[in-house]
Amino acid sequence: MGYQGHFRVWRGSAEGGGLEDFTVEVNEGEVVLDVIHRLQATQTPDLAVRWNCKAGKCGSCSAEINGKPRLLCMTRMSVFAEDETVTVTPMRTFPVIRDLVTDVSYNYRKAREIPAFKPPEGVAPGEYRMQQVDVERSQEFRKCIECFLCNNTCHVIRDHEENKESFAGPRFLMRVAELEMHPLDEADRVQQAQSSHGLGLCNITKCCTEVCPEHIKITDNALIPMKERVADRRYDPIVWLGNKLFRRS
Amino acid sequence: MRAQIAQRTLRTDRWWLPPLATFAGLLLISIYAAVRTFMGDYYWVDDYRYLTPMYSPCLSQECLPNAAHFGRPLPELPGFLTPPVVIIPFLLGFRVTCYYYRKAYYRAAWMSPPACAVAEPHAKYTGETRFPLIAQNLHRYFFYAASLLLLINIYDAFYAFTTGIGLGNIVLLVNVGLLAAYTLSCHSCRHIAGGRLKHFSKHPVRYWAWTQISKLNARHMQLAWASLIFVCVTDLYVALVASGTIADLRFVN
Repeated sequence: MGYQGHFRVWRGSAEGGGLEDFTVEVNEGEVVLDVIHRLQATQTPDLAVRWNCKAGKCGSCSAEINGKPRLLCMTRMSVFAEDETVTVTPMRTFPVIRDLVTDVSYNYRKAREIPAFKPPEGVAPGEYRMQQVDVERSQEFRKCIECFLCNNTCHVIRDHEENKESFAGPRFLMRVAELEMHPLDEADRVQQAQSSHGLGLCNITKCCTEVCPEHIKITDNALIPMKERVADRRYDPIVWLGNKLFRRS
Repeated sequence: MRAQIAQRTLRTDRWWLPPLATFAGLLLISIYAAVRTFMGDYYWVDDYRYLTPMYSPCLSQECLPNAAHFGRPLPELPGFLTPPVVIIPFLLGFRVTCYYYRKAYYRAAWMSPPACAVAEPHAKYTGETRFPLIAQNLHRYFFYAASLLLLINIYDAFYAFTTGIGLGNIVLLVNVGLLAAYTLSCHSCRHIAGGRLKHFSKHPVRYWAWTQISKLNARHMQLAWASLIFVCVTDLYVALVASGTIADLRFVN
């Protein structure tokens, strides 16, 4: 059974904007993206929204619904009461282009800062051999659809724009972890994680895990294991003492 | 330029409830632990050999001789200090640097952030990159110390069985069970057991240990709260029996 739903949608651009109220038809079985599309079709033909697969796999329709970072296509209308106002805003952490569309190029910049997979010398593509048990941990992180909701919700950059320079965000610290745990990768990821990608800024408050639509345990399986590896290397007093005593570099 | 949204958050759920409950819970337990620590009494039941985990091991001259299972190598403590102050830095250090508790108090006490997608009130943020928070990286050393203290608690729990079986024995046993589960589920323990390995296939035993600890680790938050609350329950039970307020329910004497 359909009903008339009350929506508040942020409309505007980098120059300014605000929340606008709309009443839109909502039908059984719909998701928020369906209603946004109906709004576009019936009332606001110029409403900008980025979307693609409508199946939670392309990571395009990231936004904030009632203040929570979510995918528009994976948020069922049935989770809201019929008389509830549903507020839809663009992701806060990234610059807005127009309406619900943001400029997520920060994420691509951070992706480029991570050195590529480095296989052992003399092993060419096609010759990689590894056991499933060794590569399993990294495979969890490959589920990432790059919706950037984790980076959007992370307070390190969400509340502190100045940290964007030094912090790669949970998505790309997870990429570092993926490579670090890969059985054939030989690059020194641990040092980089701390010095180049800002791992120390993470205070493991787990919001990235909470918002991940793929339910990747980003904090427990990627960020904390990376912090433990850094502790192995940099904050281990026994190793430090050994280095001092035996004059190891 | 970001979208101009004036509100600190647009969340409509009761996002403030979990941090508030966490803050209240941690505050209450801290007050109870502080009172019991500086009470310096009712920690040992001589008849049934119950020793509260908060006073174990009891190592200084103030300790009742029978409660000092490992002797009293330390001199009398000055001023208002009581025997637990010797071990509390290690126990507290383990909990304070624990990855779960860090999340809990960063959110509840420091509001950094108070909840997901709720703006924090601080103008600057440096995370765990500087002193004092850089010391959180010492978690594993507190894990080692806490593991040692856990072994002592297990010894205490079984030593109490030498006089028979009472409700107090069950309480002590459940307490060490929960403490063991919390300690084993620690992220540092998971890392040391096998997480640090690049090739699980070369270390099947450590891989097995890692998989088992990973299962426990998924419940780390629940175990953190259960073990913390039950330490207080155990201590309260021992205190009530030791002070004669209640009699221990005996099953086998």
